[in-house]
Amino acid sequence: MKKLIQRLGWPGTLALFIVLFFVLLAALAPWIAPYPLQGAGGPNVVAKLSPPSADYWLGTDHLGRDILSRIVYGTRVSLTNGILIVAFSLLIGLPIGLAAGYFGGWIDEALMRGTDVFLAFPALLLAVLMAAALGPGFLNSVIAVAVTWWPWYARLARAEVLVLRGQPYVEAAQLAGVSHWRIILRHILPATGRPLTVQAALDVGPALLTAAALSFLGLGVLPPTADWGQMVDAGRKFFPARWWYSAMPGLTIFVIALAFSVLGDALRDRKGGTARASA
Amino acid sequence: MELLRYILRRTFLSAFVLVGVTFLVFVVAQVVPSDPAALYAGPRPTAEQIEKARQELNLDAPLPARFATFAGAMASADFGISYKSRRLIADDLRAYLPATLELAIFSTGLALLIGIPLGVIAAARQGGWTDRACSFGSIAAVAMPTFFLAMILQLIFAQWLGILPLSGRLSREIAIAAPLPMVTGFNLIDALIAGRLDAFGDALTHLILPALTLASYPAGVAMRLTRSAIIEILERRHILAARALGLSEPRILFGHALPNAMGPALTVIGLSFAYALTGAVLIEIIFAWPGLGRYVSEAILAKDFPVIAAVTMVVTICYVVMNLLIDITQALVDPRVALS
Amino acid sequence: MPLLDIRNLSVSIPTSDGDVHAVRAVSLEIERGEIHGVIGESGCGKTMTGMAVLGLAPKGARIVAERFHFDGEDLREHAAHLRGRRIGMIAQDPAAALNPVLSIATQMDDVIRAHRDLPHRARRKEAIDLLAATGLPDPEKVLRSYPHQLSGGMQQRVVIAQALATGADFLIADEPTTALDVSVGAQVLALLRGLVTERGLTVLMITHDMDVIAEACDRATVLYAGRSIETGPVDAVLQNPGHPYTRALLAALPDAAPQGARLAAIEGSIPAPRSAIAGCAFAPRCPKVLPTCTVTPPPARSRGAHRWLCHLPEDAA
Repeated sequence: MKKLIQRLGWPGTLALFIVLFFVLLAALAPWIAPYPLQGAGGPNVVAKLSPPSADYWLGTDHLGRDILSRIVYGTRVSLTNGILIVAFSLLIGLPIGLAAGYFGGWIDEALMRGTDVFLAFPALLLAVLMAAALGPGFLNSVIAVAVTWWPWYARLARAEVLVLRGQPYVEAAQLAGVSHWRIILRHILPATGRPLTVQAALDVGPALLTAAALSFLGLGVLPPTADWGQMVDAGRKFFPARWWYSAMPGLTIFVIALAFSVLGDALRDRKGGTARASA
Repeated sequence: MELLRYILRRTFLSAFVLVGVTFLVFVVAQVVPSDPAALYAGPRPTAEQIEKARQELNLDAPLPARFATFAGAMASADFGISYKSRRLIADDLRAYLPATLELAIFSTGLALLIGIPLGVIAAARQGGWTDRACSFGSIAAVAMPTFFLAMILQLIFAQWLGILPLSGRLSREIAIAAPLPMVTGFNLIDALIAGRLDAFGDALTHLILPALTLASYPAGVAMRLTRSAIIEILERRHILAARALGLSEPRILFGHALPNAMGPALTVIGLSFAYALTGAVLIEIIFAWPGLGRYVSEAILAKDFPVIAAVTMVVTICYVVMNLLIDITQALVDPRVALS
Repeated sequence: MPLLDIRNLSVSIPTSDGDVHAVRAVSLEIERGEIHGVIGESGCGKTMTGMAVLGLAPKGARIVAERFHFDGEDLREHAAHLRGRRIGMIAQDPAAALNPVLSIATQMDDVIRAHRDLPHRARRKEAIDLLAATGLPDPEKVLRSYPHQLSGGMQQRVVIAQALATGADFLIADEPTTALDVSVGAQVLALLRGLVTERGLTVLMITHDMDVIAEACDRATVLYAGRSIETGPVDAVLQNPGHPYTRALLAALPDAAPQGARLAAIEGSIPAPRSAIAGCAFAPRCPKVLPTCTVTPPPARSRGAHRWLCHLPEDAA
């Protein structure tokens, strides 16, 4: 514990615990949520739009469902959303960046100009267009955001590879006639993959923020599945008179995004000790 | 000479990117969906409507021919017809684009005005509590969901304090009773042209909340970029020399260090503008701001696909051109950029 | 009473690996109206001494001295106040000392405005007069320029004009000619000499170059490893050096070596800035080292106003 605080500082440590807390919420949602049935979408017409009370700590929505339970269930959607977005993006971006950086020349030029095209869009708009083309739904919204997300990893991976390519052991392997495939797999991938994975883990925060924006626009999961962005949007009709409906899920998104940001900052400040040293 | 070559190269790359953008929009619009015609025909289309869309989109032709048709239409600003309103999308864009641009430009100014001085002050008090407060503020600004911030600001300034209007671009009294003649489409400028100070003030108060919402994220980034740039600049010899000459600390910070931080400032302008264009999609509907963002978010609900594609196309063009201009300005201000 | 009176100044900077002794024991007496050269290799503490006088030593630096006075005022308390009012600085590299993105007009005006309450027009005239006083041929054009549009010599003249604009009567010139061509450097030195006589200035000239001492200075102090080891009128120090280190420095000059012979470089290197030194700091490199040199601090020896610290008897020199 002391070591952790020393390494991350107390804001970073606190942020780490908040993130872990949300992971726990997601894993144990049915046991933690006070009204698991409502969390999963079952209506509760007797208590429509009640303000926060002893029964319903964060109030209820327009179908009388407990907001706290909905938020707890929404954690599942949000976290998996964020994780899948960065995972898909890594899956696309890493190989492209590796190839561009390793082979150089026209392959590099072609891949990076292609990447530039994706980066030329304001990210959310491309995601909106993509999500609209695919239709709403959980997996579709993940794909829509990943399409705008992967170019960053391609660039990062390429930059890492450019540094590695000049290393003596890589050049030695090339001279010794080791195949490109083996060099990439044995020397380049492990060294680039790790810092990139750390970056990706921290990007889960911004990724779920973007996913929340999409579902706020009605392009995310379909009701009755609980989703934070969609809850904020649904509560808008009753805002500000029934402020809790939008405010509680909105605040939740803010807290988790903030936790990821602070954690990222703490890790970057102490780069030598974490991401880089393990690479 | 280097400069000219750099500008030409950047312009060429931007043109290339625009072709790529057109191609990507074409792919997403007409290749990705399982039945593009159904998408173009709108929600619950009849067989007739689908058939008509099929012909309009030229779906039976080979892909290259379809792309040529698509690119030709985009180049001549022919975005087709909105399913929902049955109006020409190009006409709608002309009406909505100025509202969004006005908001974007105003919020960019606001972001610079808030972020840069805070960054300078944080750098001057590096490690102190002002610095820490500013740093936390910038992290919070970056983590805040835009649409949620919009609602909070509405709650505080419109609902509780009642000092700013909740939504809209102009008050009813002005918009309906004494409308502004549209010259530029920018209400602030049109009001000045018409010599209507009442309308100017009204437009300004309506602009503040949405602009502040959109400015928060770029202001946070501006603060961080300025802070690190100023910290580096304060180490330079000419700052030491200025101190030795007995200049006051504020004069050194704002008069001597800040002008050296043009690079980050320009970066922020580009970023802020892009953010405003995207953020508009999320908050214009909350603020009932009659711009591209509200246009597109209504189109999402109505499944008005041609509108979504057209807005994506137009906004991306604005964005690419803006970035090109910033890169060229940066090269003009600091010729070293062109050499690297 | 000397204008600048420093006795046994030490400046140490605490770091995580222990204190860095940038200045160990420097004594300086600078009289009004003289150009006083301070010479030594890099790392001998000459620049840090200048910074301490300006009150611009790094944050956290510990400054200790028996006397550390400027015109009767204690610099430990008043350095920040005197800086830019009575004490000015002429930096080593004029290109780096001028702000690259501000015009000369702005940079001159800022200085004048910081020190005198004059209307805009009078400030402009003052700027032109000062630039003219430094021998710049077309002051109006210089005012319109940016630093990169000026040659190194012109930049250095602007820096001098800025120092004059503060109204300071004591200037610290830190290697003012190092970044310049030899001929331009000579012009700048001549300019400084002229300003000293015309305006009654006093100059502390920091340099590593014996030629600069010979050319421009009235008196000189030699620094080694953060200590002043010899001081006196320039003629005496150059013609008849007392300290073996000064002699070695002079022997290292290209002029002193016969044609074709290699420069007499001094063997060994200066003591580490973190180490403690007992005895004479130069002992490990001294060609005439005595057993006592490494143990006890050297005694003061003098010939009139010419003083140095050495165990060797005076006539052994």
